[in-house]
Amino acid sequence: MPGAPVKRSRRGGFDLRIPARERDVLATLPDMLRALLVEGDAKDPVLQRLFPNAFTDNEEASTEFREIVHDDLLEQRLAAIDTMERTLRSDHLTEDELIAWLAALNDVRLVLGVRLAVTEEATPADFAGDPETEGSFELYRYLSFLEEYVVEALSS
Amino acid sequence: MAQTAPVETERPVGDEDVAPDVPWIVIVWNDPINLMSYVVYVFQKLFGYPRDKATKLMLDVHQKGRAVVSSGPRERCEFDVSRLHAHGLWATLQKDR
Repeated sequence: MPGAPVKRSRRGGFDLRIPARERDVLATLPDMLRALLVEGDAKDPVLQRLFPNAFTDNEEASTEFREIVHDDLLEQRLAAIDTMERTLRSDHLTEDELIAWLAALNDVRLVLGVRLAVTEEATPADFAGDPETEGSFELYRYLSFLEEYVVEALSS
Repeated sequence: MAQTAPVETERPVGDEDVAPDVPWIVIVWNDPINLMSYVVYVFQKLFGYPRDKATKLMLDVHQKGRAVVSSGPRERCEFDVSRLHAHGLWATLQKDR
């Protein structure tokens, strides 16, 4: 696919063809995500989505589970964000770096998706009116577009 | 669950009716955010499933609202759930009844 923003390179790793303007948008994500992960309120639905209950019918077991895995999960998420931030302007990524991008992109999509309460059938019309909400949904759609290509590249 | 018995034992919380040979299952629940292609990718990556099987499980999640993606001893299932959570999927474990 010639116009793909990311594709597997013949010399190993992946080539990124993302315009500078789009990278400027991506550059705003690491701080946003880090602030939420590090300083956010654990009761925030977004954080509950990123660190969900492991049991449907047992709050206590879920709490215990979360206490055990939370720090590891948090560390993995922060490491992925750091990698994406460090390689934000690169034209070439290793597989591990692109996997980190995928993790960070998907986390941001989860954050925006929960905030916007998106549905599978959501369209821009659903979020028209408030400029901030419109902008969030536009970003959500752009990240979905980019993530599709990242998944395709990693699966190729 | 409103009440739990006093914690006098080593057994896991919430495991009141312990039956060691009953296997546990890991369930992935549908959500409107994760991309279908991403979910297939995660199932392949985490469980080593072939693309066909990963796709079928993803479609089960999407269409039926949930799918059992792995099973085994409780510890194994807890590990799988933590990996699914790390990938942003909504997963739970429970005893296979």
